[in-house]
Amino acid sequence: MAKRIEASNVSSYYGSFKAIDNVSMTVEPKTITALIGPSGCGKSTFLRSINRMHEVLPNARIEGRLTIDDQNIYDSDVDVTAVRRMIGMVFQRPNPFPTMSIFDNVVAGLRLNGVKRKSTLEESAEKSLRAANLWDEVKDRLGRPGAGLSGGQQQRLCIARTIAVEPQVVLMDEPCSALDPISTLAIEDLMFKLKDRFTIIIVTHNMQQAARVSDKTGFFSIDKTGDPGRLIEYDDTQKIFSNPSEKKTEDYITGRFG
Amino acid sequence: MGDYPSRSVDTDAGGPGATDGRDWAAGSGVSPSSPGHPPLGGGGALPKKSRFSTESGFRALSTAAGAMVLVIIVAIAIFLVSKAMPALQENTENFLTYKRWFPNDANPNFGIAALAFGTVLSSVLALLMAVPVALGIALFLSHYAPKRLATPLGFTIDLLAAVPSVVFGLWGRDVLLSPVRDFSEWLNKYFGWIPLFGGNGPFGRSVLLGSLVLAIMVLPIITSLSREVFQQTPGMNEEAALALGATKWEMIRTAVLPYGRPGVIAAVMLGLGRALGETIALALTLSATFDISFNLIESGGNTIAANIANTFAEANDTGRGALIASGLVLFAITLVVNMAARVIIYRRREFRDNAA
Repeated sequence: MAKRIEASNVSSYYGSFKAIDNVSMTVEPKTITALIGPSGCGKSTFLRSINRMHEVLPNARIEGRLTIDDQNIYDSDVDVTAVRRMIGMVFQRPNPFPTMSIFDNVVAGLRLNGVKRKSTLEESAEKSLRAANLWDEVKDRLGRPGAGLSGGQQQRLCIARTIAVEPQVVLMDEPCSALDPISTLAIEDLMFKLKDRFTIIIVTHNMQQAARVSDKTGFFSIDKTGDPGRLIEYDDTQKIFSNPSEKKTEDYITGRFG
Repeated sequence: MGDYPSRSVDTDAGGPGATDGRDWAAGSGVSPSSPGHPPLGGGGALPKKSRFSTESGFRALSTAAGAMVLVIIVAIAIFLVSKAMPALQENTENFLTYKRWFPNDANPNFGIAALAFGTVLSSVLALLMAVPVALGIALFLSHYAPKRLATPLGFTIDLLAAVPSVVFGLWGRDVLLSPVRDFSEWLNKYFGWIPLFGGNGPFGRSVLLGSLVLAIMVLPIITSLSREVFQQTPGMNEEAALALGATKWEMIRTAVLPYGRPGVIAAVMLGLGRALGETIALALTLSATFDISFNLIESGGNTIAANIANTFAEANDTGRGALIASGLVLFAITLVVNMAARVIIYRRREFRDNAA
């Protein structure tokens, strides 16, 4: 239940502004891939292109090919909602639905897909919350508002909500940047656990985090403001952080730039 | 205004260097104040709190404004009760259950039942017609229409809210009357077996016409308030729904409508308040009968406010008192409606507060 993602020559635009230029990379199933780079380098844009969330913004479009197990997700006859069910996403700021209880939040995706049976929903909610390491903390208050949890718990709730629909791939857009170190650690532990089932791609500003959690790392950069972001180097995390082939990568990870 | 001590006090209280404005500014180079003025951050003794500041003045002013609300409400209640009591004492029938309205007779007999019923019926009917349309327009404006279209259209809706009710009343009487009459006859012919559409006529100046005009009148206020709350839905919640594989409509159902619910309820209640109190439009479109009937299409119908407008001019003392008593009932109905709305909104306060 995890799939390979292949991007070839992907460029993303906001109107006439080109945000990323000609990115190609292959992500193997059941791995964690980290995307790092300075602000505005297009790593989030690339991530949002993978589940077609990029096109939610007005005038946004992409060029190139993005396939998941050899099916181009940008084919004109592909149902975009099916793509997003297959490729889940966790956002930078925890965004549980404020009007819903913890339980309703977790099963929101299932309900959207027409699951109505209470026992199925309950089973799935428990399974997802356990998988998100949140079950023990919330099992006694599933009817309470999801937005009443702490930031770290909310983010794990969002992860539970994402994996409840059983996607193939989970995208995470700086999932820890609004969290304290303890909550961050909890999410990182969770990622290791989820790696058995999902292909994970994470955008992060935190290079230690990338080094800790990922198998492969992609380094994005821009030459100057207004230029499109490009994928400078993509390799095993070990290699990127010990012996990168590109000078720019080395400058960035050693803190000389960015 | 006495916020800063004078220079001489400054010099007395502080140490060397910190007290002389000229030296201080020249020496440090960080002071934004020019030489001769004490630095804003305070350079000497702390100034005394002044006793008559704008702070306490404004506080008194706003407290008085707040108290004014209570005074006005109490004054209105006292006025209504004191004027209504004598008339109610002269009434020979039960005010709450009697249907007729003859307060000017030598033997005054009048009751609120038919009027209160007509008021609630026409308002509820108006909301049934207006709310679905209003929510549709609001969602279209906030989530479907391209910006170029949404802005002028929203502006037009707001303009509609500014049309005076007497204009709506005249327009409804002159323009809507005959289509409503034709439609009523059609309904009566084919659906006459439903009591709502039964009767032998005449049709036209009916509850249906009155409610239709009311519906058009409350449409803009419900639309523009709902649009406002729908637009405030956090973008990150909309994205969360979309990322779960929701279509646009599913996203609206999952993220936008629940988030906007308290606001929509408030908007509907405001609309209901306007409908309940509406006077002239209904005085012009209903035909002022005193019956309790669910028949929507036969000429008839009446409301508390319309009855006041229609009969106040020829009322004697008791008649005026009776009308004021009816106003008191209208006041009570609106109060109950508003309180019910609060209860609905507060029941889910826990969720709403977290949403903020």
